[in-house]
Amino acid sequence: MPAPQCASCHKARAALRRPCSGQALCGTCFCAAFEAEVLHTVVAGRLLPGAVVAVGASGGKDSTVLAHVLRELAPRLGISLQLVAVDEGIGGYRDAALAAVRRQAARWELPLTVVAYEDLFGGWTMDAVARSTAGSGRSRSCCTFCGVLRRRALEEGARLVGATHVVTGHNADDMAETVLMNFLRGDAGRLARGGGLGSPGEGGALPRCRPLQLASQKEVVLYAHFRRLDYFSEECVYAPEAFRGHARHLLKLLEAARPSAVLDLVHSAERLALAPAARPPPPGACSRCGALASRALCQACALLDGLDRGRPRLAIGKGRRGRDEGGTPREPGRVRTPVPEAVPTF
Amino acid sequence: MCQVGEDYGEPTSVGPPPPPPRPGCELKCVKCKEGLPVVVIRVGDAFCRNCFKAFYVHKFRAMLGKNRLIFPGEKVLLAWSGGPSSSSMVWQVLEGLSRDSAKRLRFVPGVIYIDEGAVCGQSPEDRAQTLVEVKRILQTVGFPWHLIALEEVFSLPPSVLRYFAQEPTGTEGAYKAAVDSFLQQQHAPAQGEEQLTEPGTQGLQTPAGPPTAAQTEARPPTAAQTEALSRLFDSVKTLTAKEELLQTLRTHLILHVARTHGYSKVMTGDSCTRLAIKLMTSLALGRGAFLAWDTGFSDERHGDVVVVRPLRDHTLKEVAFYNRLFGVPSVFTPAIDTKAPEKASIHRLMEAFMLKLQAQFPSTVSTVYRTSEKLLKAPRDSSAGVPAGPRCLLCMCTLDIDTADSATAFGAQTSHLSQMPPPTPPAKALTAPCCSAGEGRPQGCCQVAGPCGREDPRACIIEQLCYGCRVNMKDLPSLDPLPPYIRAEAQLRRQRAWVSQEIQEYLIESSDEEAHAGES
Repeated sequence: MPAPQCASCHKARAALRRPCSGQALCGTCFCAAFEAEVLHTVVAGRLLPGAVVAVGASGGKDSTVLAHVLRELAPRLGISLQLVAVDEGIGGYRDAALAAVRRQAARWELPLTVVAYEDLFGGWTMDAVARSTAGSGRSRSCCTFCGVLRRRALEEGARLVGATHVVTGHNADDMAETVLMNFLRGDAGRLARGGGLGSPGEGGALPRCRPLQLASQKEVVLYAHFRRLDYFSEECVYAPEAFRGHARHLLKLLEAARPSAVLDLVHSAERLALAPAARPPPPGACSRCGALASRALCQACALLDGLDRGRPRLAIGKGRRGRDEGGTPREPGRVRTPVPEAVPTF
Repeated sequence: MCQVGEDYGEPTSVGPPPPPPRPGCELKCVKCKEGLPVVVIRVGDAFCRNCFKAFYVHKFRAMLGKNRLIFPGEKVLLAWSGGPSSSSMVWQVLEGLSRDSAKRLRFVPGVIYIDEGAVCGQSPEDRAQTLVEVKRILQTVGFPWHLIALEEVFSLPPSVLRYFAQEPTGTEGAYKAAVDSFLQQQHAPAQGEEQLTEPGTQGLQTPAGPPTAAQTEARPPTAAQTEALSRLFDSVKTLTAKEELLQTLRTHLILHVARTHGYSKVMTGDSCTRLAIKLMTSLALGRGAFLAWDTGFSDERHGDVVVVRPLRDHTLKEVAFYNRLFGVPSVFTPAIDTKAPEKASIHRLMEAFMLKLQAQFPSTVSTVYRTSEKLLKAPRDSSAGVPAGPRCLLCMCTLDIDTADSATAFGAQTSHLSQMPPPTPPAKALTAPCCSAGEGRPQGCCQVAGPCGREDPRACIIEQLCYGCRVNMKDLPSLDPLPPYIRAEAQLRRQRAWVSQEIQEYLIESSDEEAHAGES
């Protein structure tokens, strides 16, 4: 049976069915539609002309597609791009990924800046952190450290290149997994904060935007396929057996039962209305580094503080007792709801 | 193993018998410290029979007492499916009404049973068999009852889908006043009242409205209706959409019965476990804006009839144990997803996932449930000024689709695009560019399509739906088999919108709000 006609241009043979709608499209039309949708998201995410945009580049499929699409759209949007890559210091994994980023930057002629954990965080690389946390039992908390520190490193890198905005390659699947996870662990604060297309940049942090937020992972991979993008697709050596795995598995099943489930979840996340009491208190500034923080220390400083004091699990996990021992006294008035006995630690 | 046991000298191990005394001697009920525990609800909390009953009953009454929503003397319709949870609820009400006067529940109950056999693959004989069983239980319960076949949806009036504002009843003060006046009334003819409740079974024939109606409505549906119903459900492509459609139709039927017989509250038997599953399911179906309506204690989306969920503090496990220990009768009927594989629908998937996770992490359900209590019914950033936006035709929630919010518009747009029926290219050719290019204005083409939509009833219905219902309707290739009241109401609403649009230019606007209100 020959492939059906493209539903958009009615000329070429269709080369794929769009995962979200089931439409049969040819490669060109799909790429055009994909780019139009990203443009739509970006415009709604308020990337203004004249903005200097730092693209968080990991070398993986999402950031590769993001950088490619934004490069296509940059003249129309009137923005200039800066690639910012973070070197977490993970032996045998990051070097290869960074090589991919370097190749991309050279091919697209985009300026690339690499910031390393080692330089930013007083010599801590992820490998060192992993060794330190392994002593305290579960090594899967690696991703907690890495995630927090990477966010900080990206922000630092963006400032370094004089960026006015930060964009990341989070796709719809990531968003959907996150909202499922937040419900399963009862994180009302994050639910209240989540949704939307990023943050407008409160308290001195750079405005963030997730242009791929409405594109499902399948579409991202399809786009990379049709544009013949070269990306790095290995999993991190510390990739966790964490709770996200449950959510991811569920999401895959849901998507199989109903292809639009991913977008439906994103829609739900955007429309959640939480009681004012559940919303997190207005963020303050970290007493050590001045970054955005909801407590006395920002999470990055709290984690580094724990690492430096040889108690890496201080700032994560249950009962954060002793976290502020050496630091500033704990903020009064912030009442933590008691954690029931068997909440899984993710 | 046997050999090892023999090696270690049987006589010694038999002498002091370790296994038998464990349950009886060491463990006592955690509440009264003396009773023999029969059920462990949470880890380490073993209850004796009486304490478990007190605990269970207290939870039910506390849920009603805490919320103060049901006024004394109010007519309450109990939605009974025959399953364990709703049976337990009916039983609680029955016991609550027969208690001594101080603690007695003071509302006037009725029971509704909806016979869904036609869509759950039951043969006419099976259905008759089930109905016999259902009637037997209803007779022992003795409340006025309404037996309705799902086929009745084909004779519903369009007004079911309308919102009827409820006169504000006030708060605390009003409730107290109502209770006081009720008690005063009670005191005068105290004896007479006793008699009125006691012959509940005969009461079936005597009072005017409900019982006779119940008898007439219990008539078997016509074969044509049954066929129309199964044609409707057969045309739905996915089990997910079937389950949602069934739930929608069921809600409409219950609402209709409640309205015609003057019930102002409907009680459903959703347990905490069920609600946690429902919450996650709704989330995955794109109903994020309505989670608080779908799972909260009270659901006022219909205005005059409020849905109440008094069992929402009970876990499914507690319900099951209570029903077993105290012999609560229930009827087993196959549901629409019975025997369906786990991956067949979002509902089934989510149920399996939650129960599996609950087995691993025993606080999963309660965590989700407690999070649901922090949700608000108002839309995310609504000014309180405009409560009466247009409502979804099917689920009757305030529409969550607008052009302002980019991501939502985008989501709606994609679902809209794929709904564009391919067989009508010429008519759509003009509007198509605006849709496919559609940067940020997906709704724009709908408005353009206003006049031409008159011959396209599908677009007419779709544009009046919320996000979640739109996604569901994608799985219906044709909306023709839908019951007539849905199409009729859609037409009606559209005409009203059309007319108000016509007069729009002659209106002198003083603010933006009025323009919004005019659309509805």
